[in-house]
Amino acid sequence: MKRARQVMQLLWRVLREVFDESAYQRFLQRTAQGASRSSYQAFEREQAAARARRPRCC
Amino acid sequence: MPKVFRSLIWTGVAAFGALAVATIALRRGEAINAMWLVTAAVCAYALGYRFYSKFIAARVLVLDPLRATPAERLENGRDFLPTNKWVVFGHHFAAIAGPGPLIGPVLAAQFGYLPGTLWILAGAVFAGCVQDFVILLFSVRRDGKSLTEMAREEIGRVGGLVAYIAVISIIVILLGVAALIVVNALKNSPWGAFTIAMTIPIALLMGLYLRRIRPGKVLETSLIGFVLVMAAIVGGQWVSQHEPIAGWFTLTAPTLAVLIILYGFAASALPVWLLLAPRDYLSTFVKLGVIALLSVGILLVQPHLQMPALTRFIDGSGPVFAGNIFPFAFITIACGAISGFHSLISSGTTPKLIARETQTRMVGYGAMAAESLVAIMAMVAACVMQPGVYFAINSPAGIVGQQPEVATSTISSWGFGVTPADMSALAHAVGEQTLFNRTGGAPAFAVGMAQIFAHSLGGQTVMALWYHFAIMFEALFILTILDAGTRVGRFMVQDALGHIWKPLGRTSWYPSIVTTSALIVGAWGYFLWQGVRDPLGGINSLWPLFGIANQLLATVALCVATTIIVKMGRARYLAVTLVPLAWLVSVTFTASWHKVFDPNPRIGFLAHARQLAAEGGNGRLIFNDRLDAVVTCALIFLVVLILAESVMEWLRVLRGRKEARVCEAPFVTSRFAMEEHA
Repeated sequence: MKRARQVMQLLWRVLREVFDESAYQRFLQRTAQGASRSSYQAFEREQAAARARRPRCC
Repeated sequence: MPKVFRSLIWTGVAAFGALAVATIALRRGEAINAMWLVTAAVCAYALGYRFYSKFIAARVLVLDPLRATPAERLENGRDFLPTNKWVVFGHHFAAIAGPGPLIGPVLAAQFGYLPGTLWILAGAVFAGCVQDFVILLFSVRRDGKSLTEMAREEIGRVGGLVAYIAVISIIVILLGVAALIVVNALKNSPWGAFTIAMTIPIALLMGLYLRRIRPGKVLETSLIGFVLVMAAIVGGQWVSQHEPIAGWFTLTAPTLAVLIILYGFAASALPVWLLLAPRDYLSTFVKLGVIALLSVGILLVQPHLQMPALTRFIDGSGPVFAGNIFPFAFITIACGAISGFHSLISSGTTPKLIARETQTRMVGYGAMAAESLVAIMAMVAACVMQPGVYFAINSPAGIVGQQPEVATSTISSWGFGVTPADMSALAHAVGEQTLFNRTGGAPAFAVGMAQIFAHSLGGQTVMALWYHFAIMFEALFILTILDAGTRVGRFMVQDALGHIWKPLGRTSWYPSIVTTSALIVGAWGYFLWQGVRDPLGGINSLWPLFGIANQLLATVALCVATTIIVKMGRARYLAVTLVPLAWLVSVTFTASWHKVFDPNPRIGFLAHARQLAAEGGNGRLIFNDRLDAVVTCALIFLVVLILAESVMEWLRVLRGRKEARVCEAPFVTSRFAMEEHA
């Protein structure tokens, strides 16, 4: 049971990383801000350059 | 676990794998169960990972757990960040897995299931996984540098320039071919066209929801987007059954091509948050779902393969694409076996997340093995349908004829029985007007997947929904590649133009954005238009061109890897990268020779141009053939340059004329290792 919970937690962490939720949390910590429209827009601006340069494989 | 038990387990895995491969290779005249393919694949990857990758890690690369990675040394909470190895694995897999491993095996199935399956297994274990692993490690040891930077530093200026041009070329050709697959999947399909059209407002809605209502809740937003897309699929059925709405979404191939070109341009110039980012999230969500569903479907149904192990088309006369099994099977399947494009991901985001050097083995080698398993499942999806149906869907009208009676008669004469009634019933079952001449692989994959799902999840009544779900996934993901790829290409062109005139290098200067977007979109748009206008369906000429470009990029990556191994003083293990490199050089060079100079007009670009000229054919088609020949020759010339420069560098180092010095970041002891030790 404990093992299954650990696997689910890991899967959740993977999904949060893949979908940039963790990146947003790190951004909030780094900039000492709370979750808000303005902080998310600032995060998006920061992400924009990196995302646009990130190739997606065929 | 005692060593003797471990040995027994691995001996059992090897024996079971050998039995599965023998069953696949030797069984003739009766349908085999798809689980033999899956078993062979799982055993091959497990053995490859446990033994071969461990050998490479220990003897060739000498992974050092004490050495700090750039994620640790340069940690900034943004690009560089030590991350859990499973999280990096998921991230890397999500970046490398796309429709490529699904499309290539479907097209290669025209040779039968055997050649493609063996290439996927051997190619992944000995080439693809190795390439991804070594490039990832070498990038980690160089502060996460890109392939082009490593080529310039380790091989020379020519190497860097060739790698740069190869990357731009492959992006352009890839985008043209990918767009053609979407066009062929959606032409005259109001259901499919409606569903995909709906993903644009859904993505815009997601962008606004993320920004205004629930900032940062990407998973929640993606889930909402997914539900809306599913609703669009259901709504598509209603649309397809109601005139005049169905008429609005019944689009011809040229119309679709123009719309996609306009879309690509708009997506490249629009703000990222508005369209690109939400679509990216949505397509990733759907992609992971499709791969999971396909795995579950195959495990539940355990279908039998209807396609023979080998078909008569191993002689090169195939209707899907012309050319002999060697070299064409090996360039048709790229992403499932070895893909040069992966080296861009392995030297992109991933190396900046690796916490320990030792994790590169699991992430690099392991994620590619997982992607290869996806390719095996695509092969299964293509081979579970009746071969006659497979060829009716994948053969262009120029080969089998326009009329259903003529097409089925031609295909039946090859020994693959199919009737107009069979095709009509199947088209009706999946909610399409016709399934003839749907070249490109996507519709065939969707039919195969829908048949598997129809036997396990929902029955025949929902087959049409599964078919359009698969089409939607492929089209959505390809459109994501189009907008992301156009942007990546635009940035690369802007970087280069910035050296000529500074303002052109400014990524936020609108005249530069518009000019460079138009350049990239115009380049892939031309290939798309060429494919749409091609009477042989486009795939016959463009997919091999894409395969050649992709494998040539892998050649560049393996040149870089081999050079670094030589400079590391590990030349006795050179075969690890040199053998796949030699194989790829022989495959790509032979394929290029055939595509340019083969006297068969269905294979050789120049022979086709001559035939058209003799028949007084369309001047534009003749020009396209000659252009394709020039592009192929140019790619080969570039790779000859980098090969020559690499070989000279190896010889200089091996003969002691040049100091064997690699351009690695200096060694710093990992604090993670220290903490672990303490």
